[in-house]
Amino acid sequence: MSAISVQNVWAEFGDQIVIENLNLEVASGSFLSVVGPSGCGKSTFLRMVLGQDRPSRGTLLLAGKPLPVEPDADRGVVFQRYSVFPHLTVLGNVLLAYELGQSRVLGRLFGAARRRALEKSEELVTAVGLGPHRDKHPSALSGGMQQRLAIAQALAKDPKVLLLDEPFGALDPGTRAQMHALLKPLWERLGMTVIMVTHDLKEAFNLGTRVVAFDKVRHDPQAPGRFGARVTYDLDLTRHGPVPVLGFPKKHAEAAR
Amino acid sequence: MRRAMNVRPGRGGRLLLAIVPFLILAAVYVLGSAERRAANPNDKLLPPVSEMAATTSRMAFEPDKRTGEITLVADTLASLQRLALGLGFATLAGLVLGVALGVLPVVGAGGGALVAVISMIPPMAILPILFIIFGLGELSKVILIVIGVAPPIVRDIAMTVQSIPTEQLVKAQTLGASTWTTIVRVVLPQVLPRLIELVRLQIGPAFLFLIAAEAIASDSGLGYRIFLVRRYLAMDVILPYVAWITLIAFVLDLLLARLARSAFAWAYVGERR
Repeated sequence: MSAISVQNVWAEFGDQIVIENLNLEVASGSFLSVVGPSGCGKSTFLRMVLGQDRPSRGTLLLAGKPLPVEPDADRGVVFQRYSVFPHLTVLGNVLLAYELGQSRVLGRLFGAARRRALEKSEELVTAVGLGPHRDKHPSALSGGMQQRLAIAQALAKDPKVLLLDEPFGALDPGTRAQMHALLKPLWERLGMTVIMVTHDLKEAFNLGTRVVAFDKVRHDPQAPGRFGARVTYDLDLTRHGPVPVLGFPKKHAEAAR
Repeated sequence: MRRAMNVRPGRGGRLLLAIVPFLILAAVYVLGSAERRAANPNDKLLPPVSEMAATTSRMAFEPDKRTGEITLVADTLASLQRLALGLGFATLAGLVLGVALGVLPVVGAGGGALVAVISMIPPMAILPILFIIFGLGELSKVILIVIGVAPPIVRDIAMTVQSIPTEQLVKAQTLGASTWTTIVRVVLPQVLPRLIELVRLQIGPAFLFLIAAEAIASDSGLGYRIFLVRRYLAMDVILPYVAWITLIAFVLDLLLARLARSAFAWAYVGERR
């Protein structure tokens, strides 16, 4: 199980309050889209779940246990950029995911263990459609292909939670649609919890089972950092959700499709 | 008419352009040498090429009457040994310290300022200290090279490590890496091409410190020979020796450049031709 529980979490940098008193229960296996204006703490929230940043107050729980305060293999991540390693080939990037976890001294696998890892890596590389490019370095790949590689790399560890920080923000609309078509079935098959931060509302609604919007509720024009963001909208997009989608009752929205 | 910045020489043109300045320099020397010889048959300042060739063949192929060794070979081996030891230790120390400073925030906070201060000490100023502590033997010369060359490598490697995007280090951790495996599989491979570049850039300073140390206290070596024959105004020895040192440095540089491009082709993808 991989339910995430966010309890009274604050994120403060000096006297700058980014997130104030955030409470959020993310069900296991759901796809949570986080939207909101720039600088409202979406990425800070993601980094806290990732373990890269520490909340200044409050607790984060994964399946009832406090989240470790440094990144680990339970939480996979795809950043907008710099997610793949430039010195390794496509296959090497995915293979590294197996090697890092299993070999503590050299970070390399040999013999049968390497063959097994290679097989799994090839499977993943093919699954994200990079089969023909397996021996290229990332510099020879397009932005969309690099993001597909980053997803394959993250999936190699079979993480309980997958965190996506504007993963498709730098891609053109066509490539973005392709990435959506790739990601959704993968998530449905693997059943992990996904949190995706995005600027693209359409993307948030297309992929998510739930959309939350972050924003500042209070504003002090003299001190912009005085108040932080919290959840202002919380929409459940699943069939059984009680919340209407965009003002329509759920059934009508389904029928209109 | 294209802009000057867009005019690119072809392959043959590039080669020709590379050779022409050397030919001009050689011509200037030959003319100058002949001019001075005509004015003064005993001129020592610009010896003719024939004289230098004769001296070189004597130094490079005939055993010395007193020591029984071939002078140029013995000098070259002695100097190259010091240079290799010095550059080797400096590179190793630079890599280890630089990566530690760059990857581990605790080491960076504790050692960063120290390295910054130490790298400002002029190495030649502490040469007497090295002679006093380590004696006049090989050790003090090697250590002078290490002290002169290692600090810039340490600082540059630390900066190179820090320029690796945080995203990559976080990603490695989400793939199950420890600090050590992150260093071995993510940081080191991305730092090594830069390390080779740094060694290339430090060949010059390494020779500087080598020759300085040899000039002051030594009984063999390229720098020792140059400063020895200076007393007799023996330009016919000094000039070929300088050319030989330059050639060695140039070839080393070329080999390292080749090595970097063949071993780390991924790092040179965006290079402008």
